Amino acid sequence: MDDQSHQRRATATEMAHIEGIIGRILQIGVAVAAVIMLFGLILLLMNGGNGGYPVGHQPTTIKGIVAGTIALKPYAVMMVGMFCLIMTPVLRVVVSIYAFYKEHDTLYVWITSIVLVILCISFVIGHTV
Amino acid sequence: MVQTMLIMMGVGLFAGIAGAILGLGGGIIITPILTLMMGLDIKYAIGASIIAVIATSSGSTIAYLRDDVLNLRVAMFLEIATTIGGISGALLTGILDPKYLYLLFGALLVFSGWNMWRKLRRGQEVMTNVKPDQIATKLKLNGSYYDKAALKQVTYQVEEVPQGFLVMLGAGLASGMLGIGSGAFKVTAMDTFMKMPLKPSSATSNLMMGVTAAASATVYFFNGSILPNIAVPLALGILVGAVIGSRVMQVLPARVIRIIFIPVILFIGLQMLYKGIIGG
Repeated sequence: MDDQSHQRRATATEMAHIEGIIGRILQIGVAVAAVIMLFGLILLLMNGGNGGYPVGHQPTTIKGIVAGTIALKPYAVMMVGMFCLIMTPVLRVVVSIYAFYKEHDTLYVWITSIVLVILCISFVIGHTV
Repeated sequence: MVQTMLIMMGVGLFAGIAGAILGLGGGIIITPILTLMMGLDIKYAIGASIIAVIATSSGSTIAYLRDDVLNLRVAMFLEIATTIGGISGALLTGILDPKYLYLLFGALLVFSGWNMWRKLRRGQEVMTNVKPDQIATKLKLNGSYYDKAALKQVTYQVEEVPQGFLVMLGAGLASGMLGIGSGAFKVTAMDTFMKMPLKPSSATSNLMMGVTAAASATVYFFNGSILPNIAVPLALGILVGAVIGSRVMQVLPARVIRIIFIPVILFIGLQMLYKGIIGG
């Protein structure tokens, strides 16, 4: 076997490990988000379509969402579910850093960390602009 | 109310299947349905689309990771470009005239559609005569996937990495500024410029879309553009659709996906050119 195909095979098994780890975590994240969203939707149906807030309004502050969730207001629970869903890609990036680190792939630990840093910067910019 | 909910779930199911197969965000399907058919304000339609993109991305990525269809290194490397592009797009809004962006990226998509049609006529999915690209080898970007339609392991090489990186920078900029084309440009960059086969291109695009969308999603989430009664049933439908779509895509021949893809990408491209000509 020549050197290149050897390297490729080594890379392939390493990749399978990394993808396995990320896939499992992502699956859990998506499942959690889906269950919370579904729970909120069922609450909304049981409440006759009343989200617990004035028509056309939903809680948009962390404080408001937490308070509404404790009171089991349908829209608040649904917002929590959607927030979890929005966080799944970020979770994926974070887990990737760990997975690449575990497989001693320093180059991609760096690349993935850079992505996470840029992502954090864009969160900050998004909320100030 | 129950009726709206069921319609949203149905729309989501369809958008999720289509989005997962093609590697497109699904905004192209959801935004017109929400605005034209349901009469929803465009602000809320965009908010729902962003949630749709993330649901498609995360829902389909589970299967694409498990079955090793996507290329994680290509995704990670190119995400540097799309996230930087996204920030630049957000900052340049109001400074740069979107008219030229529409023209430039519309033309790029039309070119890509034409190029895909040539690939289709040639009938060859993987370029076997490509010599190893130095940058791609260094970044360990070359990959392989098991094609469940052709029933064989397909090994492919990645080339023109700088070009692909540049297109991704533009893709991030365009979706940051114009709010569209999150997936179309990504598939284009990988398939047209980096010479990757369509299936890993689409799967990798699905993975990347979520990260690009997550940054803007929090903004929409906290400014009240994401209506829970619309977005939640939509997202649930999409999650189911994306799980189905990511399985269907793998057994579809690449040729068939390409045949569906070409008119879609041409349509998006022409629509952007039109917006550029009439001035946004």
